[in-house]
Amino acid sequence: MFRKIKGGVHPHDEKQSTEDKKIEFMPIPQKLFVPVHQHIGQASIPVVAVGDMVKKGQLIAETADGRGTPVHAPTSGKVTELGNYPNPIYGSSLCVVIESDGLDEWQENLLTTRNYENLTPEEMIDIIFKNGIVGMGGAAFPTHIKLAPPKDRHIDTLIVNGAECEPYLTSDHRTMMEYPDDVIKGTLIAMKILGVSKCYLGIEINKPKAIALMLEKCKGTPIEVVELETRYPQGAEKMMILAITGKEVPSGKLPMDVGCVVQNVGSLKAVADAVEKNIPLIERIVTVAGKTVKDPKNVMAKLGTPFSELFKYCGGFTGKNGKLIMGGPMMGQAQVNIEAVIVKATSGIVTISEKDVDYVPERACIRCGRCIEACTMHLMPSTLSILSEKGQHQTAQTDYNLMDCVECGCCYYVCPSRRNIVHYIRQSKAKNAMVRNAIKTGSK
Amino acid sequence: MEPKETTANIQKPEKLVITSSPHIHDTESVTKIMWIVNLTLLPAAIFSVINFGIPALVTMLLCIAGSIACEAAIQYWRKKEITVSDGSAVLTGLLLAMCLPPGIAWFVPLIGAFAAIAIAKHTMGGLGYNVFNPAHIGRAFIMASYPVAMTTWAVSRIGNNGDFAGAISKIGTLDAVTAATPLGILKQQGYDALVSSFGGQMEMYQALLIGNRGGSLGETSSILLILGGLVLIAKKYIKWQVPVAMIGTVGILTWAFGGKAGLFTGDPILHMLSGGLIIGAFFMATDMVTTPMTTKGQIIFGIGCGLITVLIRLYGGYPEGVCYSILLMNAVTPLIDRYIFPVKFGALPEPVKRS
Repeated sequence: MFRKIKGGVHPHDEKQSTEDKKIEFMPIPQKLFVPVHQHIGQASIPVVAVGDMVKKGQLIAETADGRGTPVHAPTSGKVTELGNYPNPIYGSSLCVVIESDGLDEWQENLLTTRNYENLTPEEMIDIIFKNGIVGMGGAAFPTHIKLAPPKDRHIDTLIVNGAECEPYLTSDHRTMMEYPDDVIKGTLIAMKILGVSKCYLGIEINKPKAIALMLEKCKGTPIEVVELETRYPQGAEKMMILAITGKEVPSGKLPMDVGCVVQNVGSLKAVADAVEKNIPLIERIVTVAGKTVKDPKNVMAKLGTPFSELFKYCGGFTGKNGKLIMGGPMMGQAQVNIEAVIVKATSGIVTISEKDVDYVPERACIRCGRCIEACTMHLMPSTLSILSEKGQHQTAQTDYNLMDCVECGCCYYVCPSRRNIVHYIRQSKAKNAMVRNAIKTGSK
Repeated sequence: MEPKETTANIQKPEKLVITSSPHIHDTESVTKIMWIVNLTLLPAAIFSVINFGIPALVTMLLCIAGSIACEAAIQYWRKKEITVSDGSAVLTGLLLAMCLPPGIAWFVPLIGAFAAIAIAKHTMGGLGYNVFNPAHIGRAFIMASYPVAMTTWAVSRIGNNGDFAGAISKIGTLDAVTAATPLGILKQQGYDALVSSFGGQMEMYQALLIGNRGGSLGETSSILLILGGLVLIAKKYIKWQVPVAMIGTVGILTWAFGGKAGLFTGDPILHMLSGGLIIGAFFMATDMVTTPMTTKGQIIFGIGCGLITVLIRLYGGYPEGVCYSILLMNAVTPLIDRYIFPVKFGALPEPVKRS
């Protein structure tokens, strides 16, 4: 029933090193560096002071503007410092440093048992907000906003994203394998909040075990499991909607404009935990993989755990690292510092060995058109990169649909001249934003 | 936060490479593409040495050496990185040689290589920036400068009898026997004279396909060129639509207008297999740099090339027009790219379905 997405690439998925390994619970490190800024929007504001004793699940930072999400203590212990420490998304940001007392004690009266069927959508949205749930596929968009679209939008379909099209990452796969009931519970909660009756769970066919398990578990529920072709970037919202419903999200619009909401399986598990047990988002499943990792695995790690601790837990390195990436190798962010910490958006940390780092110098575009074929947004990446090189950022926007680029990276992946087209496009977008801001402030 | 404190906290224990995403790449590169194209031309090139002997080899080596030397000299002089190892200069030289008559005077290939590399390629900025196909500019330059040398054709040593062994045994000899090309005979003496020169229609088709005939050194063996082209299609370096569009256009138009007896009496097979059409359609009209970037644009390009080729062959002064047709369409390429581009994702919203 599905339509194939046009374009895209099929990199070697490299998932075999971790896909069959059970999620391991990592011992709590001595110090956790919990950033207060883990999502898009403004940083949250700490509500604890140095010297305070905190319990697991206690609120430690609340939102500044109501659009962000609160942050909770991942374990019990003492706040020893509020200081700037490496943040994998923002370089560095204010962190609440918690020294673990080793007891891992929950805050009193925090956990409850609820049945979602007795709750109204508004109550559930509030619970999701208070427990700090964000999209765990990598973008960290606050879930309470996504599940509460404006009243004038009619939502008829919920799509659960289990595609996990990025190479190396298997955290969503393991979530489906080990917490299928939680994922389904979370899906039913999201369906109730949105008031939809149609729900699809999209899984790429390179995860046959997850497909079989979810097919089995979804029997008797309104959730329909859809097998998808293995293709990057199918996990991107717009591609997922196209593959499953055949609808194209209009340019410049959001999934809700075609009546769809897309949620990652990990986020739905977190939603189920929050709504039924009142567990805030304080830990997540992280894939630790890469050719230099001695023993790659999926780890349940507390937010604020430094990457170095995770690698130590995974047996350390077998060779020299060239790059350290948070997220998958196609869209993940290269990290400066191995002391950066796990945040809500960290679906995986992947290493690329020194010898695999692409040192091939960039050459002129030879106009082969491979990027045009690979572009899932049907743009002309080659032309965009050339315009950016020449500084014609405005032309790129007005004539070549610069703003439609989703930065999936397929154009760079196929480019024989090794031009980092995505980087050129990002530069153009940034330059245009600067000009827009200058015009705005100038006219004030 | 004080900057001092920030630097104290954020240390760099290990040197890591920082780039924008993505962080992985497939195995294709310009160098790999260029050398594979060179390899796919090799069978036809080897055939030409058998067919025309050592002079063909000398011409090829002169063209390639000239191209490499020219590129290296220019890049050295401009203090740029010397990129002759990427195979693009070799490819230009080889393609230029393929469309020259075998046994042409030694200095002519060198002049052609200079025109191709120095004028067509590097005055524009080098690989990726050239507007016109360098090899064809080289050929057009020689055609204008040495028209007699360019129309003096050696005889096929394999000949109508398909005497491969004989041709190989004479490979090192030089010969001065000249003959006209099939399209030249067609232009000057007519279709019947052409057929009788091969001894029959089927024999003619066979010779055109296998290549035991006169002509430019690399364009005689259609079958080996098609084979090379198919490899490129399978490797996805070129699109099948382009050669099909170009050769198809030539076939249909020559069938319709090529005959003396009226409409649809022409011989499309003769036109499709002769001259530089096969090499042009598979290796020149599919050149990445000088043709449109989108598949749709490339099809328009191919049809345009076919159209101009037929106009020149049937109504122009030259017997052959592939070279000029491709050069003329190269000039139109920026215009095609300006107006033919893909419809962006979500540009035509379907009406939102309400359930």
